[in-house]
Amino acid sequence: MKENSYDYQIVRGFTFSALFWLIIGLIVGLWIAFQMFNPALNLTPWLSFGRLRVVHTNGLGLGFGLAGIFACSYYMLQKLSRTPLVFSRLAKAHLYLFNVIIALAALSLFAGMNTSKEYAELEWPLDIAVVVMWVIFAINVFATLVKRQEKQMYVSLWYIIAMTVTIAVLYIVNNLEVPVNLFKSYSVYAGVNDANVQWWYGHNIVGFIFTVPILAMFYYFLPVSTGLPLFSHRLSIISFWSLIFAYLWTGAHHLMLTPLPEWIQTVGIAFSIFLIAPSWGSVINGYYTLRGNWEQMRSNYLVKFFILGITFYGLQTIQGPTQGLRTLTSFFHYTDWVIGHVHMGTMGWVTMTISAAFYYMIPKITGTGLYSIRIANVHFWLILVGQLVWTVTMWIGGIQQGAMWKATDPDGSLTYNFLDSIASLYPYYKIRFAAGIVYFAGIILFAWNLVMTIRKSQEVKNQPLNR
Amino acid sequence: MGVYSKPVVFAILSAVVILIGTVVTVFIPMLMPSTQPVSDYVKPYTVVELEGRDIYIREGCNNCHTQTVRPLRTEVLRYGEYSKPEEFAYDRPFLWGSRRTGPDLNRVGGKYPDSWHYKHMKSPQSMFEKSNMPPYGWMAENRLDTRYSKKKISILGYGYTEEEVERQIAGYKARVTSPSYDSKEARNEVTPEELRNELTEMDAVIAYLQKLGRDVKNMEAEE
Repeated sequence: MKENSYDYQIVRGFTFSALFWLIIGLIVGLWIAFQMFNPALNLTPWLSFGRLRVVHTNGLGLGFGLAGIFACSYYMLQKLSRTPLVFSRLAKAHLYLFNVIIALAALSLFAGMNTSKEYAELEWPLDIAVVVMWVIFAINVFATLVKRQEKQMYVSLWYIIAMTVTIAVLYIVNNLEVPVNLFKSYSVYAGVNDANVQWWYGHNIVGFIFTVPILAMFYYFLPVSTGLPLFSHRLSIISFWSLIFAYLWTGAHHLMLTPLPEWIQTVGIAFSIFLIAPSWGSVINGYYTLRGNWEQMRSNYLVKFFILGITFYGLQTIQGPTQGLRTLTSFFHYTDWVIGHVHMGTMGWVTMTISAAFYYMIPKITGTGLYSIRIANVHFWLILVGQLVWTVTMWIGGIQQGAMWKATDPDGSLTYNFLDSIASLYPYYKIRFAAGIVYFAGIILFAWNLVMTIRKSQEVKNQPLNR
Repeated sequence: MGVYSKPVVFAILSAVVILIGTVVTVFIPMLMPSTQPVSDYVKPYTVVELEGRDIYIREGCNNCHTQTVRPLRTEVLRYGEYSKPEEFAYDRPFLWGSRRTGPDLNRVGGKYPDSWHYKHMKSPQSMFEKSNMPPYGWMAENRLDTRYSKKKISILGYGYTEEEVERQIAGYKARVTSPSYDSKEARNEVTPEELRNELTEMDAVIAYLQKLGRDVKNMEAEE
């Protein structure tokens, strides 16, 4: 109906912001991956590992991840409510504010202004800006939903609503701090409480940024790009409510065997195990959506991104609860095993799903085909191989380090000192760096492909006589 | 199913659903004594230790070093007595960390003399060839900024008077600049001449590291 009054500028703006921060974040990632086996790259204070690691996680999680989520949310929101965005200029302000925040975040983290709480490192003035940014987004989401033309809200919209509400609660509660000056503050919580609040936040920020909105994309873009209806609406209802209910109980599995009260740890384990069910509800819903049409894995270049993506999500959601069990956490925690776990989710599930969503949206918006499906296929294989080598290497390294920490001689003394355990990982770190290069090459092709798609559409527009 | 066509009701319902786990596992524990235990043995950080802690945070040391020893046999063997909740009563924020690229530091206080730390911070590789820790010699080239110390102490409620804050800073400065300081040689080696009579960032970080686990060790010694 009012297709041409939809605001696609904002979708485009966030898409290319995402690609920009993705490339920056990965360059920083490669830099710190090199530092792990050769400290020579710690050239200056602001290029030292301790500061850069935070730039990496924030740049990719908030810069790339959030921009991708906003791009797809604005697209799905308009399509699924069959209504143009209510406040287009506000959305534009959102885009500018977002990029200013991420740029200032990167600069301030380089400068060492950070609160130390993982994924909540930004100092308080930026925290306030982040909250304002989310409020701006929420206004558009709810205004558009209220004015929508489609009676029922589709599954993806539930996930977008749940994300918006939950991020607000998480972000505000965990970032309550008392300012010392513009660049320094202290958490209002102390010790054990601070740890409990932080990992409730830390786990759920992963849940409501790397899971919930990515599922929104999966539930929307898989059916529209295959032309197949979602397998089960009822299963999606059960999965949704049980997922968002159970997630908030599980943060303590990051704090196993610490001074956190034991009952909170045990509750965390129980709900983590429970969480396998709703997670796999979505995985099964995805697989069954393709039933009888699996040939699309070959014929439709987008499908393999979604299916491999949801497969990594499925593996991730089994591995996570398992490694949280007390016996296994005592072995794996604090090793590279967990680093491998996180990156299967981010490099596999999140990036593959966002990649396919972008490949679907940008040609739709520009009205031209994708610049090159062949490049998209090469992109797919490079990021698949890069990610697999990356994560499997870290798992092996994690097992090795965990075993070395626990090894004792017959007389009961420790077999290895700490340095032995880290130095033995350097070969793995070199493989990880190489895998990162392969992955990065895939991402460069991804960005190139989308830039060229836009260029192609502009060329078509600039040649009206040839039409 | 009415809720799927009412966005505002849907949002409220979602908020209720996510708040149940939050209230039970996060908000209620905030009010329980088990999450804020106190012990007479655990003392707040001195002003210089606190400034050192803030530098530790600024440099992201927590990205590679944890500060919680788990109650596991090999862990206690490697680091010392496992961590107790009351040790962290003055930690805002907590610094338990999530990855051990370097060893845990919760029991590092008193393990080595200051001179060891000066040399190690300047060049970890000179002491451990295979170490991947970044060098932090430049910290000795930065004068310690104590402009906000009084404000920090009052925010954290450590209970030192303004005079006490000044006295602690002057006292620590006197200690490390004294000719009889046992780590004088190592300190002079890493500290530029013009700062040898001042407090540097490295002095503060080392003061902080020497505090970690010290109260527990004192308690054990008394028992």
